[in-house]
Amino acid sequence: MNTAVKWKIKESPTATIALAGNPNSGKTTLFNAITGARQHVGNYPGITVERKEGTIDIKGTKVKLIDLPGTYSLSAYSQEELVARNFLVNEKPDIVVDIVDATMLERHLYLAIQFLELGVPVVLALNMMDDARKQGLRIDTEKLSKLLNCPVVETVARSGQGKKELMETAVQQAKEKNREGAPLDISYGAELDLVLDEMTEIIQTDQFMTDRYPPRWIALKYLENDAEIVRHGRLNGKISAKLETIVDRTKEHCIKTLKVPPEAIIADYRYGLINSILKQNIIIQEKTRQERIDFTTKLDSILVNRYLGPILMIAVLYAMFQITFTVGEVPMNWLGSLFGWISATATLLIPEGLLQSLVVSGIIDGVGGVMGFVPLIAIMFMMISFLEDSGYMARVAYMLDRVLRIFGLHGYSAMPFIISGGIAGGCAVPGVMATRTLRSPKEKLATLLTAPFMPCGAKLPVFLLLIAAFFTEYKAQMMFSITLLAWIMALLVAKLVRSTVIRGESTPFIMELPPYRLPTLRGVFIHTWERTWQYIKKAGTVILAVSILLWAAMTFPSLPEQQVNQFETERLAVLSTIQESAKRHQAIIEINNREGQTALRYSLAGKIGTSLEPLSQWAGFDWRTNIALVGGFAAKEVIVSTFGTAYSLGDVDPDAAATLSSRIAADPSWNKFTALAMIVFVLLYAPCVVTVVAIAKESTWSWAIFATVFNTVLGFGMAVAIYQIGTKLFS
Amino acid sequence: MPESLRRIVSGETAIVTAVTASGEIGRRLRDMGLSPGTEIKILGRAPLKDPVSIRLKNYTLTLRNNEADFIMVERVVA
Repeated sequence: MNTAVKWKIKESPTATIALAGNPNSGKTTLFNAITGARQHVGNYPGITVERKEGTIDIKGTKVKLIDLPGTYSLSAYSQEELVARNFLVNEKPDIVVDIVDATMLERHLYLAIQFLELGVPVVLALNMMDDARKQGLRIDTEKLSKLLNCPVVETVARSGQGKKELMETAVQQAKEKNREGAPLDISYGAELDLVLDEMTEIIQTDQFMTDRYPPRWIALKYLENDAEIVRHGRLNGKISAKLETIVDRTKEHCIKTLKVPPEAIIADYRYGLINSILKQNIIIQEKTRQERIDFTTKLDSILVNRYLGPILMIAVLYAMFQITFTVGEVPMNWLGSLFGWISATATLLIPEGLLQSLVVSGIIDGVGGVMGFVPLIAIMFMMISFLEDSGYMARVAYMLDRVLRIFGLHGYSAMPFIISGGIAGGCAVPGVMATRTLRSPKEKLATLLTAPFMPCGAKLPVFLLLIAAFFTEYKAQMMFSITLLAWIMALLVAKLVRSTVIRGESTPFIMELPPYRLPTLRGVFIHTWERTWQYIKKAGTVILAVSILLWAAMTFPSLPEQQVNQFETERLAVLSTIQESAKRHQAIIEINNREGQTALRYSLAGKIGTSLEPLSQWAGFDWRTNIALVGGFAAKEVIVSTFGTAYSLGDVDPDAAATLSSRIAADPSWNKFTALAMIVFVLLYAPCVVTVVAIAKESTWSWAIFATVFNTVLGFGMAVAIYQIGTKLFS
Repeated sequence: MPESLRRIVSGETAIVTAVTASGEIGRRLRDMGLSPGTEIKILGRAPLKDPVSIRLKNYTLTLRNNEADFIMVERVVA
């Protein structure tokens, strides 16, 4: 008993270990292999860089493992680099496990050297050892460990090989090593060393930011012209100005004598150090260069070939869509039936009335409509993860960059556009989430704002309905033109925002084309699950609230009793006069639908629709269209079903809208130009609520609201132009 | 004679003599391993002749032509 109490009180030792490394070093694969499903994904406060954490037990030590964003360096040019650096400085992990690709040791050690300079304790994981062996590379880990003065462990993240040894070494090191280990001092040549010494002395004497960073490191960052450190320094007193004078003097001198700024000299010396280490027989090349079969270079000679590349790319993207929609249809139908069943059960269980209407039409139909897309989104994300992890996505960006750059976008903007419906029938929600691969903030924002123009799967039924009503002979041409218009508008608006509200130089396209690798199943699944879960969570919260609001707007105020009684009397009359049961049934439905229409017009939504008429008539939209379009803001799927109610057809299945289209075609208030105006408006106006929330999450709420307002104004302007010019000129 | 990387055709090999960019582009180029003395091979160019893909330090890097302008190289005659 006594021991049990003791055991409870005794705290198990803890350690914080950060995983760092270049992008494509297998860092996340290793993180997944170590933590399995026990991980938590969040965001660093205020920015959209993902923060992944997992907790594991290593021989009785509770280890908090953090997957830092992949970086090439510790400068402060990208959000990722800043996040990684600030994490190391502020949260002081016990150990940084730096994952390096053993086949590209020279480039990957560049980051390792910078960790050592910052004075953080490092354990080096030599990853991709299987690839290295295949290439005939043998690495003298013992010697490397001695020269770098840190433990080195060989790993293969894909198979999990070496992960146990790695974590045990890291925990061991965390226990032994004092955090205040001496930072590595590199010689940057006689001249810079003198300057560094001079600056270090000033920093040390005045205790200038030394509580956060090692003194020589601060001096080095000033010489490297690190915006973040200088900004921080200026807040910390006059010393900054003193240091800046020294830096300016040195810079002038360097450029005069060597024609390069100090930061270039510093980088050269770092590579020099790496080379001097590697030259001591660290890498033993067992095969000659000729013998080494480089799979990636060979595959690239076909996949990014100037002529074959684009053709294969179109084929791959097309196949991706085909697979998504053919495979996705099956579980989508299951979910559809499931929600149909739930809805039917709820109708049976809850007595008729407002509560039933709220649960069935408000909650179940609303959430069900959104949840119905989950399989599609999951499969789409699985495809994207596959393309990303295999390395092909980087090639797509490479091939399309030249075109997209004209419009102020980036090669990586292509994917979000395509996913949002760039080949008709995507979804802007995963599209917006896919902008995460874009590491350039300005291009990302422009992509976020324009991707919702694409004809997503929910807009398609509206187009099909209107095409069937007015342009039935030109179905294929119309669909093609709509998709083309979406691309043109997206690119033009991107150009517009990039030359006005988000003006600025384009971000460099200095990117690695990672080696082709077969993605791990675990990686693809974890990735897919994370993003799908985000979507489901939104469906459960935002969509639920909006569905209820929309239901209330379309239900209240309800028809005055007097009118309800009138319809009731009509129904009774039918029952007593018509004998044939089929005919009688028909007549009752007709009355019910008319009652539905009247009630809708009387409701808040109907009043909004009617009050918008004076404005919307410029585009040829009457109150019924207005309700549908307002409803479409919640989810574009709502448009056709609301149309059904407004045209007193009762519930209309969006996919089988034939009756509705003939009804619209026969309606005197509709003509070809109203239809065209509506098509263009639906294509361009405010993204649906889920997309707006996704945009806000990837940027800020102001940009999300901007997208909502701007797109609606643009869509309406175009719709008015089409309707006015069309009706004036051709009728 | 050092010349800009833009002028080197596919399949050719060259040695970096200088990276003349400063600021963000300079930093990124150096982070990716483009330092003087590095041997690079031009693998090819994208369908519209821009960006260019090069092989160095056992990996593949892409950059736009206007970024390649900052990299001075010396051709290696095979």
